[in-house]
Amino acid sequence: MQEAPVHTTTAVAEAAGKAAEHAGAEGPLHQFVIKPLVPIRIGEWDFSFTNSSLWMVIAVAVVSAVFLFGQNRLVPHRLQSIRELAYEFVANLTRDILHDEGRPFFPFVFTLFIFILAANLLGMIPYSFTVTSHIIVTFALALVVFVLATVVGFVKNGFRYLKLFVPSGVPWYMLPILVPVEIISYFTRPFSLSVRLFANMMAGHTMLKVFGGFVVALGIIGGWAPLALMVAFTGLEFLVAFLQAYVFMVLTIIYLSDALHPEH
Amino acid sequence: MEVEAAKMIGAGLAAIALAGAGVGIGLIFGNYLAGALRNPAAADAQFKNLLLGFALAEATGLFGLVVSFIILFG
Repeated sequence: MQEAPVHTTTAVAEAAGKAAEHAGAEGPLHQFVIKPLVPIRIGEWDFSFTNSSLWMVIAVAVVSAVFLFGQNRLVPHRLQSIRELAYEFVANLTRDILHDEGRPFFPFVFTLFIFILAANLLGMIPYSFTVTSHIIVTFALALVVFVLATVVGFVKNGFRYLKLFVPSGVPWYMLPILVPVEIISYFTRPFSLSVRLFANMMAGHTMLKVFGGFVVALGIIGGWAPLALMVAFTGLEFLVAFLQAYVFMVLTIIYLSDALHPEH
Repeated sequence: MEVEAAKMIGAGLAAIALAGAGVGIGLIFGNYLAGALRNPAAADAQFKNLLLGFALAEATGLFGLVVSFIILFG
């Protein structure tokens, strides 16, 4: 139950859904509403198993089915090749940017990439729910990355980590302007990381729903044009799903690289 | 002016930020194509930077879209 109006995607979607229901149809934002499937309350806290939780469980199950089961032979079979492709893709990227001291971060980066990729791709199934289209999910992931990078930076470098805000080779009169700008841009990292993924997913799925509505509205006569557009746009959404997972991972690696070597 | 009308106008104005996203994405891909046509051997090595640059440029435009949604529905 919502005690006070909160600015979440759910409240937004429910407001828009109710507004559209007056017109007799579900709006394009109705797909983002979180429905509790198994209501669980502990005192005043709502720990319900929602459709969002269900699709996160499905994402983990699908990833486990691909990565954990089946033999690993010396000459790989098809599924093993997929695993090796994914592993090499992330490992090469990590090694290029972080070199050898970044190896401990590889499991974290790999898990992040595969989870976001699975969540994004599962959202492309018709009538499913896109876990990453909610800011709270993407913000939780981005906050973990931000806190990890900051803690690693201070543990590895001590207070020399603050040299991150003072780039080398800058004349002294530029520093009073540059340092606050650098500090602000450092603290907007979790927000930009989370909003990038959230906005891409939410805008993409909203557009798919809107164009789908056009296909139905134009009917059998005129519906072919928006249908062709929808086919192309769905292809683009698959690309965006992969791209956003990749970008989240690359930025995580770059922030960790800044944490390990604050002198640019 | 009623709040609803002001919300609509505000949301419309905030969506103008997506023009910047379009320009940025066009610049990135245009420069990549110009470079790739001059030096095709180096194009594959820069493909990852292309994708990264595209996502970062699109992100700022989508920040504007998020502001538009917040104005419209918040």
